[in-house]
Amino acid sequence: MSKRVEAIKQDPQVRIRNFDEVSDGITSEMALAEAARCLQCKKPACVKGCPVEVPIPQFIQALKDGQVDNALAIIKEKNSLPAICGRVCPQENQCEKYCVVGRKGEPVAIGLLERHVADNAAKTDAIPEIPVKRREKVAVIGSGPAGLTAAADLALLGYPVTVFESLHEAGGVLRYGIPEFRLPKKIVDEEINYIRRLGVDFQVNVAVGQTVTIDELKEEGYQAVFIGTGAGLPYFLNIPGESLAGVYSANEFLTRVNLMKAYVFPKYDTPVRVGKRVCVFGAGNVAMDAARTALRLGAAEVNIVYRRSREEMPARAEEIENALEEGVNFICLSSPLRILGNEQGEVVGVVCQKMRLGEPDASGRRSPIPIPDSEFQIDTDTVIVAIGQGPNPILTRTTQGLTVTKHGYIVADENTGATNIPGFYAGGDIVTGAATVIAAMGAGKRAAAAIHEYLLSKSNATVSQ
Amino acid sequence: MARIIEKKQLANKINLYVVEAPRIARNAQPGQFIVLRLTEQGERIPLTIADYDRERGAITLVVQEVGKSTAQMALMEPGDDILDLLGPLGTPIEIKKVGRVACVCGGLGAAPIYPKAKALKEAGNEIVTFLGAQTEAMLILRDELSAVSSEMYYATDDGSLGSKGFVTGPLQEYLAAGNQVDEVIAVGPVPMMRSVCNVTKEYGIPTIVSLNAVMVDGTGMCGGCRVTVGGETKFTCTDGPAFDGHLVDFDELSARQRFYRKAEQVSMQEHVCRIGLGGNE
Ligand SMILES: Cc1cc2nc3c(=O)[nH]c(=O)nc-3n(C[C@H](O)[C@H](O)[C@H](O)COP(=O)(O)OP(=O)(O)OC[C@H]3O[C@@H](n4cnc5c(N)ncnc54)[C@H](O)[C@@H]3O)c2cc1C
Ligand SMILES: Cc1cc2nc3c(=O)[nH]c(=O)nc-3n(C[C@H](O)[C@H](O)[C@H](O)COP(=O)(O)OP(=O)(O)OC[C@H]3O[C@@H](n4cnc5c(N)ncnc54)[C@H](O)[C@@H]3O)c2cc1C
Ligand code: SF4
Ligand code: SF4
Ligand code: FES
Repeated sequence: MSKRVEAIKQDPQVRIRNFDEVSDGITSEMALAEAARCLQCKKPACVKGCPVEVPIPQFIQALKDGQVDNALAIIKEKNSLPAICGRVCPQENQCEKYCVVGRKGEPVAIGLLERHVADNAAKTDAIPEIPVKRREKVAVIGSGPAGLTAAADLALLGYPVTVFESLHEAGGVLRYGIPEFRLPKKIVDEEINYIRRLGVDFQVNVAVGQTVTIDELKEEGYQAVFIGTGAGLPYFLNIPGESLAGVYSANEFLTRVNLMKAYVFPKYDTPVRVGKRVCVFGAGNVAMDAARTALRLGAAEVNIVYRRSREEMPARAEEIENALEEGVNFICLSSPLRILGNEQGEVVGVVCQKMRLGEPDASGRRSPIPIPDSEFQIDTDTVIVAIGQGPNPILTRTTQGLTVTKHGYIVADENTGATNIPGFYAGGDIVTGAATVIAAMGAGKRAAAAIHEYLLSKSNATVSQ
Repeated sequence: MARIIEKKQLANKINLYVVEAPRIARNAQPGQFIVLRLTEQGERIPLTIADYDRERGAITLVVQEVGKSTAQMALMEPGDDILDLLGPLGTPIEIKKVGRVACVCGGLGAAPIYPKAKALKEAGNEIVTFLGAQTEAMLILRDELSAVSSEMYYATDDGSLGSKGFVTGPLQEYLAAGNQVDEVIAVGPVPMMRSVCNVTKEYGIPTIVSLNAVMVDGTGMCGGCRVTVGGETKFTCTDGPAFDGHLVDFDELSARQRFYRKAEQVSMQEHVCRIGLGGNE
């Protein structure tokens, strides 16, 4: 079997000096060669691994036949954001994990092919014809991948849809979290413009729960609501020194850089201070993004401090590899105990403790156990805490009667997104906790279908009354 | 976009704006604030809702020029649009009848205090106001605050009106004279709020302060506005901005406020050059 393609990437020494996309994807020749590696399985295992069941062999076949546009149409039946998913899906845990070619060698590079199709299919301004126009207004709260997908699907079904977003730009984590060098904002803009052209109205600067309540939206005539407000509340370790100046949550750090464009300060007004030596706590996608962003902002040394080992790191394999190539240091099996400050209240160091791995815990990963008397210090001027996010309470606390878990996530049916309140649906990170772009999209898709059914049954009920 | 419909200069470098914002005006409560962004390149900055008119669908902002964004705002006139305006944010302060409330304002602090004083008065409280600034010409909202207060005390750094020195002076005298005060609300620069809290602690008077931590989103998403209150981490934008002043770690707040000072100067310098005040063309 031939070797799996590898993406063309900027040289690590060059790319840590810019915010341009790291990977250029693959050429058409490479794509054809890679497509030829797919066995066109009758019962494709790969599809089972994809949360939205993209018809993988079919789109690869179209690509082989030289029909890139057709390949895109096939993907879009299931996935409305292929240019994004091709770039950010953790393929090694999803579609590619189950590819049969991967049993003996390396799996087909489904993600790279998907991205290739999305980037190379002819851009048309045409939008699909929307056969019926419906009267029932639907409100979508939050413009991350869950909300965007729900809005697009509902618009295609003929509903007037309004998306409410509290930030000044739409996109959710795609906008404020994932950096430019991994997901160019131009791609996010294109996807949002497409949804806008489907007729969806975007109202930014509206924090639902504060600016308007959901009850007021009902008074304004919205008959169904999809809540996709994400998991935007940053968690901290609650160790001493965590509020010293120079300690950021990854959300703050990345928002300053991505949404507010601090990387071109002073052309843009929002500053960010990085210093020479940076410590990032955590080893998920968020931590990798923060670490690599810090390097690009001029940090001389960036350390990832993680309490388990390389094997347990939750980030996408590709990003861990990219971070290593770029010179990020991994300090594994170490857990921060306290952050040290100077007289000005600014960070100067972190005291950590060494860990060893014990038995697997509830998450199935081996749990870290502290090693006594193993404290050590890392000198640092910036700390970025990237240990996870929870649900933001501003919407849920003002929405009477909505059932939430004890951690504040909305309780919603897995297949439909239905909450305990009729007409209210929810999906994405606000239901599952921090997960993936594609999982959030899947939830948005299922909820759109369920909202359609709900509104149909309601209008039938009114007709028969 | 939100249109500025009125502008009035209150003092040197302090302007009042009335801005069209029907949704915000409809839900605003005393103690809440907005976050705005003036230009595509601009920062998101928080400002207190100094007043609101639900019928007119408008809110009032009082802005002191201290850096680039506020200097840009000073150049804006009625008819101009604010690019992004988000609110009302934050937890409203609790308005209940406690008896006599002392409102202690340092400088611009009068603006955030005014809607609270008004609501507390409507709830049946007696309001005593202590208004301090550098000099008489810098005392803002005097008439508005007088209208809701039974007594007014002034303090100026140069002694041009009231007692000379900080606003804590007349407050201390008032309390030392045996006047009963059931609650204190203090808003102003951090050192001022800290000294007010030191005074009221001695007398055991519950004291509410309104903190001005550096913010980005204003909705609990970035955690940049966190402060330590009673040993616990709180987010100023969602848990506050009002907190029990006796529990706030003011040292930490000051350090976090100082963190961007250098960058802010760069930003201001660039603004001054662009609008031609730099003088070295
Ligand atoms: C830095 C970072 C890197 C990541 N990298 C990857 C990756 O490589 N691959 C991957 O698959 N996943 C990744 N993820 C996870 C993925 O981005 C999320 O799982 C996904 O974005 C969740 O989508 P969502 O639509 O549920 O919410 P979000 O994307 O969080 O969007 C929610 C939106 O709702 C808005 N909102 C919240 N409350 C309100 C309100 N009350 N009113 C109005 N609007 C509101 C928010 O401002 C936000 O814009 C990453 C996450 C982060 C933070
Ligand atoms: C809840 C709250 C309510 C406020 N209400 C008012 C008000 O009613 N009127 C008023 O004039 N000012 C108010 N402020 C302060 C105002 O936000 C700052 O003066 C403004 O952000 C300064 O921006 P700048 O670009 O002009 O100055 P810069 O040069 O950027 O900063 C000057 C100083 O302002 C503070 N500051 C800077 N950026 C921010 C930020 N993003 N968030 C918070 N503080 C910042 C810092 O302490 C800094 O040292 C309030 C602040 C908070 C947190
Ligand atoms: S959407 Fe993601 S998981 Fe599904 S096929 Fe594409 S890359 Fe794989
Ligand atoms: S499992 Fe692998 S080889 Fe089979 S269809 Fe899917 S991508 Fe092709
Ligand atoms: S300003 Fe971002 S959490 Fe408060």
